[in-house]
Amino acid sequence: MTLRNALCAATALGLFAGGATAEILTIATVNNGDMIRMQGLTDDFTEKTGHTVEWVTLEENVLRQRVTTDISTNGGAFDIMTIGMYETPIWAANDWLVPLDDLSDEYNADDILPAMRGGLSLDGTLYAAPFYGESSMVMYRTDLMEAAGMEMPDAPTWEFIGEAARAMTDKENEIYGICLRGKAGWGENAAFLTAMSNSFGARIVDENWVPQYDSEAWSNTLNFYIDLMNDAGPPGASTNGFNENLSLFQQGKCGMWIDATVAASFVTNPNDSTVADKVGFALAPDNGLGKRSNWLWAWALAIPAGTQKEAAAKEFIEWATGTGYIELVAENEGWANVPPGARTSLYENANYKDVPFAQMTLDSILSADPNNPTVDPVPYIGVQFAAIPEWAGMGSEIGQEFSAALAGQQTADEALEKAQAIATDVMESAGY
Amino acid sequence: MATQQSRSAARFMMAPAVILLLGWMLVPLIMTLIFSFKKYLPMRGGDLGWVGFDNYVRFVSSSAFWPSVITTLVIVGGVLVITIFFGVILALLLDQPMWGQGVVRILVIAPFFVMPTVSALVWKNMFMDPVNGLFAHLWKFFGAEPVQWLSQASMESIVLIVSWQWLPFATLILLTAVQSLDSEQLEAAEMDGAPFLKRFWFIILPHLARAITIVVLIQTIFLLSIFAEIFVTTGGAFGTRTLSYLIFQRVLESQNVGLGSAGGVYAIILANIVAIFLMRIVGKNLDN
Amino acid sequence: MARAVTNNRKALNTAIAWTIGLLIFFPILWTILTSFKTEAQAISDPPVFLFFDWTLENYSIVQERSNYMRFLWNSVIIAGGSTLLGVMIAVPAAWSMAFVPSRRTKDILLWMLSTKMLPAVGVLYPIYLICIELGLLDSRIALVVILMLINLPIIVWMLYTYFKEIPGEILEAARMDGASLKEEILYVLTPMAVPGIASTLLLNFILAWNEAFWTLNLTAAKAAPLTAFIASYSSPEGLFYAKLSAASTMAIAPILILGWFSQKQLVRGLTFGAVK
Repeated sequence: MTLRNALCAATALGLFAGGATAEILTIATVNNGDMIRMQGLTDDFTEKTGHTVEWVTLEENVLRQRVTTDISTNGGAFDIMTIGMYETPIWAANDWLVPLDDLSDEYNADDILPAMRGGLSLDGTLYAAPFYGESSMVMYRTDLMEAAGMEMPDAPTWEFIGEAARAMTDKENEIYGICLRGKAGWGENAAFLTAMSNSFGARIVDENWVPQYDSEAWSNTLNFYIDLMNDAGPPGASTNGFNENLSLFQQGKCGMWIDATVAASFVTNPNDSTVADKVGFALAPDNGLGKRSNWLWAWALAIPAGTQKEAAAKEFIEWATGTGYIELVAENEGWANVPPGARTSLYENANYKDVPFAQMTLDSILSADPNNPTVDPVPYIGVQFAAIPEWAGMGSEIGQEFSAALAGQQTADEALEKAQAIATDVMESAGY
Repeated sequence: MATQQSRSAARFMMAPAVILLLGWMLVPLIMTLIFSFKKYLPMRGGDLGWVGFDNYVRFVSSSAFWPSVITTLVIVGGVLVITIFFGVILALLLDQPMWGQGVVRILVIAPFFVMPTVSALVWKNMFMDPVNGLFAHLWKFFGAEPVQWLSQASMESIVLIVSWQWLPFATLILLTAVQSLDSEQLEAAEMDGAPFLKRFWFIILPHLARAITIVVLIQTIFLLSIFAEIFVTTGGAFGTRTLSYLIFQRVLESQNVGLGSAGGVYAIILANIVAIFLMRIVGKNLDN
Repeated sequence: MARAVTNNRKALNTAIAWTIGLLIFFPILWTILTSFKTEAQAISDPPVFLFFDWTLENYSIVQERSNYMRFLWNSVIIAGGSTLLGVMIAVPAAWSMAFVPSRRTKDILLWMLSTKMLPAVGVLYPIYLICIELGLLDSRIALVVILMLINLPIIVWMLYTYFKEIPGEILEAARMDGASLKEEILYVLTPMAVPGIASTLLLNFILAWNEAFWTLNLTAAKAAPLTAFIASYSSPEGLFYAKLSAASTMAIAPILILGWFSQKQLVRGLTFGAVK
């Protein structure tokens, strides 16, 4: 045996002896702050497991387009995909995802908040692990509220919100009483308005899958929203999505903002926000009908079926969505910046209880029910969406009509008439 | 000079390009045609069998179809008119003696190097944003109410962004044409006392006809399929949904590959109608 | 007969041309300036033009988040590879069209151009499936080939118009002297068409560099060029004008610099046969 052969053999032996080989994982993710933070901390994962990670970070809409093409063609370009509560049950039903039912005891999957676990499972099996979860709530400027001579209750009504928004508005000084999503998209204004419509007693479809956009409840929702935005919203609201509104709020231009609970850590972060010490929180408003207008969402990590690197991918998921990661972030960036809304133990943690928005976030998440999102029964699952494959396309098109109505290009009732036509067409062609 | 031998050599040399393009055209086209006659829903199990012309009927009968065709044509037409109009002016201007001609030329052609995604992002956020955009600051400075560009003037905004990107291309081609203008003829006309407009109409414009046709042809090909500019700015809202954006919505957002493929076939038909129309003009202009 | 141009007129021309030039260039200039501001200065009201605290912070944030050089390198390989490959295939085709024209030459040319009208979104699924079959997903080879095919009609067209301007007698003469077809193309034709080929290369490099549909949809981590790089900055959370500007500047700077150095070539060569 030559020296060279011996070396080769030794190397091969070493590899086998080492057990799992070091893999390179390709992970598609969205360019949200928490994910960016995770990229910065990946070294910790590499140190612990030996696997390295290549990130594909994309803007939300581009990400969806990219991962949906890949998963539906079984392309295999990614080992882990970042997806939401909408995609998970649909993809799982197509057998496109690896079930996450064999995660280690140490990971403690039972610790995942039941609402999140429910939304990311199909028939009781978890298919995607929540990286962070969110509901929506009211974020408001305590100083402006005081100046308007009003006091925000913990659980406001829409009537109160309307009154307060108009009272806080001071267009001369670029203070707008309320900032709400207006940008077209099923994950933007359609999500907000669908969640809002729940509190007005509206539904997307009835039990027989007949679209309900021609109902009075929808008309009340959209008219209330448009009147409110015209009186107290910022200019160009019809192109404002989550990011645009966050930016406006951080600049001190919004009196109130009803949006994702994860935004709380951004608006209270003095590095980015000019109003960090003047923000209060309240539950999303209701209308006295027993349902609030908050949604439920999670960004979660899932493994496409057919990947060669399933074991390593699972190791990554355990690392990124486990309690260890939360502690790692807390150590590096403080408790206010840990990914929220995923685990029960986080809300029992004494350190996290000091974070001003922790309790309100938990209460909001707990009050959303994807199985009974609105006053009347519905055949679909989902609060601000319907977990059917057609929703993304239909929601986006309907969102465009709502957006045009907000921009004053058509009335609310014209928009709803078109929405009803779009939804009817979609439901028919899908064969409901 | 074309002998039999050189003819066959010519055919042989043309073959790689022709075969490659034929494949590039036919393979996706045939697959698109096949999909378009199927109920193909990736999210609901994929291929669900043949459905005849259902997808074609559904795509056209959707209320979004005709508006999207019109939007496409308006954007293409608007950009063509603007880029050619200002392109001619700029080309004539840049041909004049001046100081720093090279630098000015660089400034004018720079937008052509900017990728569409970047230019859409920059215009949308830093110029057209109604609160923080530069235009909003400018409007406020003059005491006017800032315009909500992308919602209230959505088509104008998109035409503006796309025109900004393509103006350099038009200017460059027109400039080379202007430079080849017979200056003696022009000077003679000027001596005869012909006013500028007359000189422009009877001498310059006919000379530029060929260049203008080329600009129309090449730009139309690129403009028919613009996507990034709309995806980034309005997402197809406020009446800016072009035919290719509608197809995108059907294929990717609604995950209805069959319906989207039927839309693709319509887009090819539309493109060919435009192409035949164009080639009538161009073919004539190229021959003489 | 050169006519004397008065200095007044020249000054007027200069003033108008510079104003328009700066106006057209302004969005790019503004982006570059903003990339050196802090986020707060980027949205300050009234806007600050030059007198702000210049900072490189945005660039370091962007670089920290994504490895710029890797995206840049992919862009160079994909744009360069597709352009070179395209020219290699197009030169013989354009030669035969220009010097051995048949009745169908014009039809073939126009047909080639018409293949560019295929709407990319409509054929995403077919092409994606083909790439999977061939194992070419997220590979630079796939993008080089696809971008080559997309730009090939333009390359053929451009080269055809340059070759056509070369008088046929020169080739006849070369042939008389016993030059083979290969020699004829290599030693006679190509040198004469160098300016044309150069501007063809340039234009198609730019087009390939800026192509944002296929380069984004067919790549993941390995082959992603700058178009994918910018897709992760299009709407970060909160204030982002300065970071967006830095990322934008990084994405367009290489091609902008290349364009500036070669603008003479581009100005001279970009005719598409518009000038006879």
